[in-house]
Amino acid sequence: MALTNETIKDRLIAKFGEQLSHFEEPYGLLTFEAPRELNLKVMQFLFDDEELRFQFLTDLTAVHYPDQAGRELAVVYHLHNLADNIRLRFKVFTGSDKPDIFTATQLYSSANWMERETYDFFGINFVGHPNLKRILNVDEMEYFPLRKEFPLEDQTRIDKDDAMFGRGTLPAAGTIADKN
Amino acid sequence: MMGEMTLINKNKHMSEHHIKLPEGSIEKTTTTLNLGPTHPATHGVFQNILELDGERIVSAEQTIGYIHRAFEKLAERRPLYQITTLTDRLNYCSSPINNMGWHITCEKLLGVKTPKRVDYLRVIIMELSRISDHLICNSVVGVDSGAFTGFLYVMQYRELIYEIYEEVCGSRLTTNMGRIGGFERNFTNAAFEKLERFMAEYPAVLKEFENLFTRNRIFMERTIGAGPISAERALNYGFTGPNLRAAGVDYDVRVHTPYASYEDFTFDIPVGSTGDCYDRFLVRNGEMWQSLRIIEQAYRKIQEMKGADAEIYHADAPEYYLPEKKDVYTKMEALIWHFKIVMGETEIPPGEVYNSVEGGNGELGFYLISDGGRTPYRLHFRRPCFIYYQAYSELTKGAMLSDAVIVMSSLNLIAGEMDA
Amino acid sequence: MIFLYIKIFTYMSRPVRFNIHPIQADIKDNISLANMPEGYTGEGFFASRLSDVVGLARKNSIWPMPFATSCCGIEFMAVMASHYDLARFGAERLAFSPRQCDLLMVMGTIAKKMGPIVKQVYLQMAEPRWVLAMGACASSGGIFDTYSVLQGIDQVIPVDVYVPGCPPRPEAVIDGFMRIQDLVSQESVRRRNSEQYKALLGSYGIQ
Repeated sequence: MALTNETIKDRLIAKFGEQLSHFEEPYGLLTFEAPRELNLKVMQFLFDDEELRFQFLTDLTAVHYPDQAGRELAVVYHLHNLADNIRLRFKVFTGSDKPDIFTATQLYSSANWMERETYDFFGINFVGHPNLKRILNVDEMEYFPLRKEFPLEDQTRIDKDDAMFGRGTLPAAGTIADKN
Repeated sequence: MMGEMTLINKNKHMSEHHIKLPEGSIEKTTTTLNLGPTHPATHGVFQNILELDGERIVSAEQTIGYIHRAFEKLAERRPLYQITTLTDRLNYCSSPINNMGWHITCEKLLGVKTPKRVDYLRVIIMELSRISDHLICNSVVGVDSGAFTGFLYVMQYRELIYEIYEEVCGSRLTTNMGRIGGFERNFTNAAFEKLERFMAEYPAVLKEFENLFTRNRIFMERTIGAGPISAERALNYGFTGPNLRAAGVDYDVRVHTPYASYEDFTFDIPVGSTGDCYDRFLVRNGEMWQSLRIIEQAYRKIQEMKGADAEIYHADAPEYYLPEKKDVYTKMEALIWHFKIVMGETEIPPGEVYNSVEGGNGELGFYLISDGGRTPYRLHFRRPCFIYYQAYSELTKGAMLSDAVIVMSSLNLIAGEMDA
Repeated sequence: MIFLYIKIFTYMSRPVRFNIHPIQADIKDNISLANMPEGYTGEGFFASRLSDVVGLARKNSIWPMPFATSCCGIEFMAVMASHYDLARFGAERLAFSPRQCDLLMVMGTIAKKMGPIVKQVYLQMAEPRWVLAMGACASSGGIFDTYSVLQGIDQVIPVDVYVPGCPPRPEAVIDGFMRIQDLVSQESVRRRNSEQYKALLGSYGIQ
């Protein structure tokens, strides 16, 4: 019997019950949400089960939703069952005041740098990570740049005029720029 | 007596050295060697700090991020078309694959279906760029092991591939090729002539390149056994692409999740066994032969299309594909669509989609979350180089110093893709 | 009202007329020699300016150091390869060590993490040294106006020639290299000790 999204969903609900929620299938990919304490248990179950062998971690990233209080940061895992060629995605939500998520590095070695990148960009603290420090940005950076409240541009640059790019204000009338 | 005094003075001078040794350095038995970020052998900017015990590597620590350009944050500011220029600069040795992967992702989100001719044209260009990428990697492995000739021979044919890109999109390296739904213009006769010239001349060049390296005793002794990895460890480290296939797993996104009509073509997947540098070299060579096979099949299929079919080069998706200029000047809807697309005001349906293509280094994935605005809410690139470079310390444990360089170049690490 | 339709475009595909069948180059008598500098000749002597002679020697033997970080680096590899051969301009030996090079070619985006390293490489170069910024990213930050990219390497080191483009065509790189050659040949022997040069380096914090 070929593995389908329905089968996976039934097995997951049989194991975890009501704790998993928001099952949907955008563009054919089974997506669900798990509470943040269970992320490792869900991944371990999907890894070890003989039928559901999701033993390849395709991607690990995060999304920042500043408008959802208490659930601002979502860590998104993409898993892949290579033998049966099925993918799935699950998310865990956490608040931005204390974003602690258990690390997946014992299960998947590829999660090591992916979690470091997620920490670098969003500030999510992966509990149990062997080497959680910044990977892509400079080590001295104090903020987490991909959160929505921070701007894209470096605010200290002097050679680019934000007003010309539609950001900031144009010089007022009667100033030097106005006189030809 | 005079001699004695000078001897005493010499000793006194030596004990007044003002060099402060770091803590524990007298007891340390290994040497720390810093390889990079600027180093002739690191093709791209990444740093390796090696702990050496004589010539043997005890441990390696990697630092990356020296070319972090914040693509993911940039993508939140740009409408879909302007993100194509960002994807160019991911794996810049094979930019068209990135471009088309991105366009296929957008088409999946927007529900645009491309006609067969567009798919076949895309396949030709993607396989050409795969050849271009593997050529750089393999010839650079040769350069790093001391053989510069192969590099010069094959760069000439990369120039021919660049000329084909120029005929199609106007640019050589960072191509920004195609649109959502197809190409910006039909391939000219000149493009097809150059493609035929490529298909005629290149097999002999690839054969000569293989003759230079594959059974070359020096090259074999340099690369066999350098940086091996088993299939289970490779899968656990998230390897994809030629590095994974060299370890023995035949996972290829073109076969597993076919996109752009790859299911219409017959080709093999070359697979290695030990995952060392020699296997990676051979797998990439094998893939170049298979790419040639695919290009020939696609070209034949395109030549068989006659009449009106032979003029199709884009899908019929007027909201996302720039309409023809004559329509823009005469029809109202075309003018509105043109305006909206150019100003970046087209409506993107909300949703999230993950799509992946087989890039030169493996599964290049695009995770796009849209909230219905003009720019993506979040775009994440699943970059194969970033993910498999973690395994470098395991690959070089116990190897010699010269293997460190060969392993790095045979992994085909492209800094633009690693740091994004 | 009478509407006049002016047909602006025809929609036939423009026929391509160039580069399909390239003409073979005629190299039989086509050898270029370096020009002799101006000077006074006489019976058995030739007098010229020292800076001219030194400039002539230097400009035809510039050893570049490729500081390739990203896409422009691949285009530079194409320039070094046989099609657009940079070696014919005297850049035969790519010095990978800054101690042994004359020209620092910075090719590609320089991130803020990489800025101190560029400066350190520049400091390791011996005088006379020149810098060529290849590509839009090295000149001004390029398309990456972000928090992590240095908006041009002239924020950290003085630059002599900028080659714009993304990436610049190999012909543009060769043109930039020839501009450097012009600068090298016309440089005065006293320039590197002059007050203006010291002030220029001082403005970058380099002694």
